[in-house]
Amino acid sequence: MTAKTVTSAQVFRALLKREVRVAMRELPFFLLRTTLQPLMFVTVFGFLLPKMGFVQRGYGAALLPGILAISLAFASVQAVALPMVADFGWTFEIEDRLLAPVPIRVVAFAKIVSGVVQGVIAALFVLPIARLIMGPIDGLTGSHLAAVVSVVILGAMTFSTFGMVLGTAIQPQQIGLMFGFIVAPMIFFGCAYYPWAGLSAVPVMKYAVLINPLVYVSEGMRAVLTPALPHMPLVAVLIALVVLTFLFMAIGFRTFERRAVS
Amino acid sequence: MADIVTSGLRKIYPAPKQRRGLPGSGGPLGTIAPGARSASAQPGRDIVALNGLDLQVSDGEFFGLLGPNGAGKTTTIGILTTRVRPSGGEARVGGIDVMLDPVRVKQRIGVVPQRPNPDRSLTVRENMLFHAAYFGIPANVAQRRSSELLDMLGIGDRGEAKVNHLSGGQQQRLMIARALVHEPEILFLDEPTVGLDPQARLALWEILRSLHAEGRTIVMTTHYMDEADKLCERIGIVDQGKLLVCDTPNALKARAPGGTMIELTLDGPTAGLEPGTLRLPGVIKAESRGIELVVYAERAGEMIPGLIRLAEEAGRTVRDIRLTEPSLETLFVSLTGRKLD
Repeated sequence: MTAKTVTSAQVFRALLKREVRVAMRELPFFLLRTTLQPLMFVTVFGFLLPKMGFVQRGYGAALLPGILAISLAFASVQAVALPMVADFGWTFEIEDRLLAPVPIRVVAFAKIVSGVVQGVIAALFVLPIARLIMGPIDGLTGSHLAAVVSVVILGAMTFSTFGMVLGTAIQPQQIGLMFGFIVAPMIFFGCAYYPWAGLSAVPVMKYAVLINPLVYVSEGMRAVLTPALPHMPLVAVLIALVVLTFLFMAIGFRTFERRAVS
Repeated sequence: MADIVTSGLRKIYPAPKQRRGLPGSGGPLGTIAPGARSASAQPGRDIVALNGLDLQVSDGEFFGLLGPNGAGKTTTIGILTTRVRPSGGEARVGGIDVMLDPVRVKQRIGVVPQRPNPDRSLTVRENMLFHAAYFGIPANVAQRRSSELLDMLGIGDRGEAKVNHLSGGQQQRLMIARALVHEPEILFLDEPTVGLDPQARLALWEILRSLHAEGRTIVMTTHYMDEADKLCERIGIVDQGKLLVCDTPNALKARAPGGTMIELTLDGPTAGLEPGTLRLPGVIKAESRGIELVVYAERAGEMIPGLIRLAEEAGRTVRDIRLTEPSLETLFVSLTGRKLD
């Protein structure tokens, strides 16, 4: 009965293992929920419309990185934000994790890491299917692997931490609603379906969308996957994603703690 | 040695706002009791859940917090288990300040919340194993202990079941098993027997007694008088965020008005004995009922020889004597002017 000391790293591993166990059990439903929409978009805009001749064939090269960005970003957001409904809901299921002998931030961080992993899985799932639907894509390259990994991890971090903010700053019952109000506009104005450079046609829009974190993930994906096409400088993208990650993490930890300790 | 100390503990929940919902509306430990919420949660008025609570629980003690819904019991447990941030005062568990070093406090405690809140994404056994892992318990030890505890709580055959397939009582027992899997020195239970059937309730009492016998400190809240009376070594009665009295069950009952009831059965009518009885020191009230004489007195034990002598002087023999102790219920009513529930 003496107090055994356990390191934060050990507890973190156990917390992460729990998140992974739960996520794996839900994986088919999770993938269906997070990737069906991007894949349908690919089918219409990357396959049907080009076939009909409404859209130029080259559009696929601009679309694919954006579709991957959406899959990555919104799988990460959902993986973190949606379980909060149960965690902080009526019965407060998260309590046993909050009682683990670690600072509460460790519990929050395990959720963020789990969100990153799930975002990456969703993107990896979408990539081959989208490529299959759209056919060959001009200038698609995987040769900048380190850059791809950096954008993917940072993009997932940005949206995982954003999911923590959404999931804790908003009442659990309203999280579903928030997806309609916040997430849907983010997708449409996130430069996922068109390159940012294209917005030069509407300059106001071009600068207004810069507050949307998805813009940097989409443009980052273009920079590393289809670098021949116009895209934001990779350095600018990486800086933006790092800043956003730290910002959302700082806010998310605070709102998580406020919800955890009343 | 005092294991748990609170001094001047205060908790004020900000006035509920219309749009943001009630304070801590999510958590069983993070919130005041539902009854209190509806009673005092009016927009624009802060809710004082604890108003200077002073408490001391000794090492290895079985301590009961007794009070009506909304008295501040759950908030007290919430603060002691690091789940609620006090607005003022101090709380120490095992000598550690709960605000300054919550991690070390969490290392030593086990918590059974008011409403069962198992991890519904996991099976029964996984709930046990992951909880053990959060405390760094090796997997093989966790497996063995989980099986033992689930068996002890009578849900050993439900290990692979999903939590949602358990009945409410079974979920409550899972909560108790889970709170014990890391062998905490101090166990907090918030109304653990609410929603249990009488049989499960008695089984839980036995388990708590044996845990206490092992030397664990147990702090339990309840609004059942008999439960506090039978289990706890000391009871603190709280109401409106304050500790009203704190003592052993017997000492508390001795403070109840009306004293102990003594029923004497004689071999004949007891009529005419009342005036003599009332002259005995300490007698509050005497009543003749056929062959029974009912006496209320402050110190029952000391009264008996005098009562027997009185009966014998009247030419009667005492056939039977029954003592009924005053109840906590009567004490609570006298302290607060209200019933417990």
